[in-house]
Amino acid sequence: MADVYLDNNATTRVDEEVVQAMLPFFTEQFGNPSSLHSFGNQVGMALKKARQSVQKLLGAEHDSEIVFTSCGTEADSTAILSALKAQPERKTIITTVVEHPAILSLCDYLASEGYTVHKLAVDKKGRLDLDHYASLLSDDVAIVSVMWANNETGTLFPVLEMAQMADDAGIMFHTDAVQAVGKVPMNLQDSAIHMLSVSGHKLHAPKGIGVLYLRRGTRFRPLLRGGHQERGRRAGTENAASIVGLGVAAERALAFMEHENTEVKRLRDKLEAGVLAAVPYAFVTGDPDNRLPNTANIAFEYIEGEAILLLLNKVGIAASSGSACTSGSLEPSHVMRAMDIPYTAAHGTVRFSLSRYTTEEEVDRVIAAVPPIVAQLRKLSPYWSGNGPVEADKAFAPVYA
Amino acid sequence: MWDYSEKVKEHFYNPKNAGAVAEANAIGDVGSLSCGDALRLTLKVDPATDVILDAGFQTFGCGSAIASSSALTEMIKGLTVDEALKISNQDIADFLDGLPPEKMHCSVMGREALQAAVANYRGEELEDDHEEGALICKCFAIDEVMVRETIRANNLSSVEDVTNYTKAGGGCSACHEGIERVLTEELAARGEVFVAAPTKAKGKSKSGLVNLNAPAPAPAAPAPAEAAPAPKMTNLQRIRRIEMVLESIRPTLQRDHGDVELLEVDGKNVYVKLTGACTGCQMASMTLSGIQQRLIEELGEFVKVIPVSAAAAAHAQLEV
Repeated sequence: MADVYLDNNATTRVDEEVVQAMLPFFTEQFGNPSSLHSFGNQVGMALKKARQSVQKLLGAEHDSEIVFTSCGTEADSTAILSALKAQPERKTIITTVVEHPAILSLCDYLASEGYTVHKLAVDKKGRLDLDHYASLLSDDVAIVSVMWANNETGTLFPVLEMAQMADDAGIMFHTDAVQAVGKVPMNLQDSAIHMLSVSGHKLHAPKGIGVLYLRRGTRFRPLLRGGHQERGRRAGTENAASIVGLGVAAERALAFMEHENTEVKRLRDKLEAGVLAAVPYAFVTGDPDNRLPNTANIAFEYIEGEAILLLLNKVGIAASSGSACTSGSLEPSHVMRAMDIPYTAAHGTVRFSLSRYTTEEEVDRVIAAVPPIVAQLRKLSPYWSGNGPVEADKAFAPVYA
Repeated sequence: MWDYSEKVKEHFYNPKNAGAVAEANAIGDVGSLSCGDALRLTLKVDPATDVILDAGFQTFGCGSAIASSSALTEMIKGLTVDEALKISNQDIADFLDGLPPEKMHCSVMGREALQAAVANYRGEELEDDHEEGALICKCFAIDEVMVRETIRANNLSSVEDVTNYTKAGGGCSACHEGIERVLTEELAARGEVFVAAPTKAKGKSKSGLVNLNAPAPAPAAPAPAEAAPAPKMTNLQRIRRIEMVLESIRPTLQRDHGDVELLEVDGKNVYVKLTGACTGCQMASMTLSGIQQRLIEELGEFVKVIPVSAAAAAHAQLEV
């Protein structure tokens, strides 16, 4: 029996059509697109086509608004650092507590360099307070960076409204959309978003390719200076094969957009309902009514996520967890902490993220596999007794270090 | 996924002694829920002999926390309470054929649960001064609390100092940014400014590598080197001097659960055996060259330190 891969928010399988489209660019079409001769010229044409495919997926007005980068993280760093460089008089950044480390680590570093960083808090369902956000918009803000969808819970953020609010106040707005692109229909030309990050490997393109969408007219300072590639906005010889791959992946994502929001969503809902029906003391984290169609994040109380993953892995099911142990840090996921999920549940969160390759049979297998694994670990847990948590008066209360 | 040993997997998939022991007369509850681990250890101890008759665990934690708990219960059954208390967290890790550095705290938790259970059995109050922070150095599993406290206690001011006192930063050096950050904060707290050492790719700088001459955090007696060693020593004097040098290095090695043993001296060749955690350590060759350097300085002549493998050493003397 083949293994079941439900960790598509971490990375995805490269689409077979993408692989086929890429292959010639390692061998026959190896030219440098900057060269005048025919070897380079054909590659240049292929890149142009790929750029247009990405433009179409994002609904950008111009293909020159698409800047290829090496990954989503590079796009994030480029966006934020550019805003600070281009507007040196502005010293404040607004972001959220639940961003990906690609944003949070950079912002923490910038805070240590003297910038002011406001991290918007979230409520128990992972939602932002827009009134509080409005009150922070000032002339000192260089950039607002808010993710389109959260990678752990799939919760969607109102980035279109937030971008409009920033734009009205004359402030640049960036969104890390690596989880949303390909799953959420977009039409950036009708939005007030200035910059947006894409990561190829989240939508069945290879790893090592990303995009920064840069609205025409947005003041910009490159992260990498050098050659004239990407119109001087991102120097460095183009990763031609991967760009071609991302172009095909963008076309395919557009073609599967409806499938993603109907069939994939149906399977996700089935998986979630099936697991919750069979496992007591488990709940969905984030905002179930407003999230990506492919993501289910379930907290299993009184047990620990890494142990769950190891046992799932043993029966051929791949998922991920917000537990401390899976990350090598001592704290459980900052996203779970931010939503005020109790420690005994935060450590036991498991994220199942589906893709267009996920089948009904796979979902059925997971629904069957999870309950006994949870029961097995609860039997070992000091917080669990018989069929439920230890009663309050006998509750396990260890000496905390 | 983590690089767990087969032994860890075995104890995780099929844990021994899971669940509470009936008629337990010693219970130890420990944990640090923020890092996702909590453990209840229950023991049944014979009050007449102090022998642990049965042990059981209940653990909220990851694979290695469950494996460490299972290992601990297997190790202590049949021991007296005093014998059991001699088990260190390193012993638990060794029993499991090692744990990844990020997971060593799981074995620490096992040991703490044992201490707590014994305190409970004896009706004592357990003083818990253990505290841990985020891991800074992954090569040697040193956390931020340890780095910070060592900087404070010893008034350290450079990355090299931190490496010498804690080993943090002595491996791949990727954590030097983190150590510099802690140094900057700690120096600021005592009214000083952190200044980094000049960057040098090559040269005499010893930075970054474990220095055997480093003072131990506890006041260690520095080897009273009588300057200008006599030009000619008898063979016996020479061997005694070599032993003295090894003796002065030993505490440093033992701090890291390693040890060194002198096997033979043959002219310029000094045959030694590294034992315990030193065997298979990434830093073993550094350790040897450090020993060689100290010997050359002490003896005032060139010697070559040659490691003897455990197998070869067995011929020379009984295996330890």
